[in-house]
Amino acid sequence: MKPLLDLEEAIAQLKSAIVRETEPGKQEEYQGRIEGYEKRRDNVLDIMFSRLGPWEEVLLARADPRPYTLDYVSAIFTDFIELDGDRRAGADHAIVAGPAMLEDRPVMLLGHQKGRNLTERTFRNFAMAKPEGYRKAIRLFEMAERFRLPVVTFVDTPAADPGVESESRGISEAIAASMLAMFKLTVPTVSVIIGEGGSGGAIGIAASNKVLMQEHAVYSVIPPEGCAAILWRDPAKKDKAAAALRLTSKSALELGLVDQVLPEPRGSAYRNPLEAAETVKDGILEALSELDRLSPQEVKAHRYSRFRSMGAFLA
Amino acid sequence: MRTGDASASRFVQCQNCKKTLFATDFASNLKVCAYCGHHHRLTWRERIDWTFDEGSFVETDTELVSGDPLQFPDYQPKHLAAQEKTGMADSVVTGRATIQGVPVSIAISDFHFMGGSMGSVAGEKVTRALERGCDERIPVVIFCASGGARMQEGLLSLMQMAKSTAAVERCQREGVPYIAVFTDPTMAGVLASYASVADVILSEPKALVGFAGARVSKQAQVVKAPDDFQQAEWVLRSGMLDRIVERRDMRATLGSLVRMLGAHLRGLEEKLA
Repeated sequence: MKPLLDLEEAIAQLKSAIVRETEPGKQEEYQGRIEGYEKRRDNVLDIMFSRLGPWEEVLLARADPRPYTLDYVSAIFTDFIELDGDRRAGADHAIVAGPAMLEDRPVMLLGHQKGRNLTERTFRNFAMAKPEGYRKAIRLFEMAERFRLPVVTFVDTPAADPGVESESRGISEAIAASMLAMFKLTVPTVSVIIGEGGSGGAIGIAASNKVLMQEHAVYSVIPPEGCAAILWRDPAKKDKAAAALRLTSKSALELGLVDQVLPEPRGSAYRNPLEAAETVKDGILEALSELDRLSPQEVKAHRYSRFRSMGAFLA
Repeated sequence: MRTGDASASRFVQCQNCKKTLFATDFASNLKVCAYCGHHHRLTWRERIDWTFDEGSFVETDTELVSGDPLQFPDYQPKHLAAQEKTGMADSVVTGRATIQGVPVSIAISDFHFMGGSMGSVAGEKVTRALERGCDERIPVVIFCASGGARMQEGLLSLMQMAKSTAAVERCQREGVPYIAVFTDPTMAGVLASYASVADVILSEPKALVGFAGARVSKQAQVVKAPDDFQQAEWVLRSGMLDRIVERRDMRATLGSLVRMLGAHLRGLEEKLA
């Protein structure tokens, strides 16, 4: 990281100096130096990213500056109206949802939402949804079906909320029922794994016709720390677990469990969120236009057979 | 002394109250402690023999074997050891049986095989058991006993949650009754998929039933967990299951349920005759 930070620092200093510079010819000279540094920075980024190990991928997927669901929503959609409440027990801010326009068509949006500072994180419960979140999802999936809205979900959660209260209100049932509600839909559904695809909390809103995954997102049955603690009684072996779990986008694609990997800008999504959003948008549009060719019953059958074929065994 | 030694010794010790029991009494009492009522874990074979009609079980899907798709460290030797220990191919056994004369499609999970964990084979078998119910218009009965998804098959295991849940949706749509029985323990990825969306959920007494390990749950919140947190009795009070049924009553309860809920299935009457 050190060479990269040094270069970034140098570029930033030159950029602020260039504005104040009045001496003739100096601005051009600075500009040339900036471009030289930028080239070197890009080289460093390329080298770093070509060597990323699975554990670094986990850290990148969890990184604070990485764009979150609402960042993509504002870049990709218009007229988003957030709807809330499960009409049963409460409101859950770890999942945001509501109708929005994707270019010229209305869709139902839904996604886990992380926070960037302590206040936001507490409000969002670290994107760990409670039963109320999944029951809100069910309510809005059913609404999407009534009004023939395609469903787009963004997945970015470390896990579903594991607390005592969530247990008592049936977090397991809520996740299972949310998947079941998705399998009932005859409108097309597309999910995008944008950061952490954390086990049950993720699959609860990702039982879709098409599942896209950003290049530097991760998708896993268990966090590497938990896996290491259980299998090797040592959470410090998290990098070994991250490698063993094959949780990168490349692995998920190779295993046939996601349909497409969405490439990210040089240095990952946070370095150029708008470019990242453009790729995500294209991916969603392409997936929906493919699904548009299917009849409502075919949409449902397509989803069933997508998941039905998943599993690796000798037979 | 472990209950698994019952055949080798005249005595066994209850795992809960530690009292000594005659092995023959223990077995004839379906491995339930005569003193404290503790329901000890069963093998899949004991479960079938003590629940379904004698000699009615025909196993299916025996050709399915795990393929270590991730080349996960130590998975193959662990899997082999589990096969040798249990004589099972994987953690779930499926087939057809009758219960009080009613034909049913069944899946039995056995905790002794890698903690009953669900990988590709277990997920496939459960899915086939549910689909068989639809194809043959017979009720489905699944006994759960699992620590959750099998880590060693990574994301493939997570996808089994969606796959099996999709099959439950098909049962619901086609009016095929599906009854889940939680036994000790029913946790995590299994609880958060096909287990929790059954038409009727029964549980054995005191079974551990939960999403997260109790240690994680208690750490996660300042709310004090009740003493019987994640025990079937607490889960029942929370509204997450229908009934707690003692082992000796399981056959009769299941028999009545499949008879009533499956009465509308075409041809079931003839099959009964």
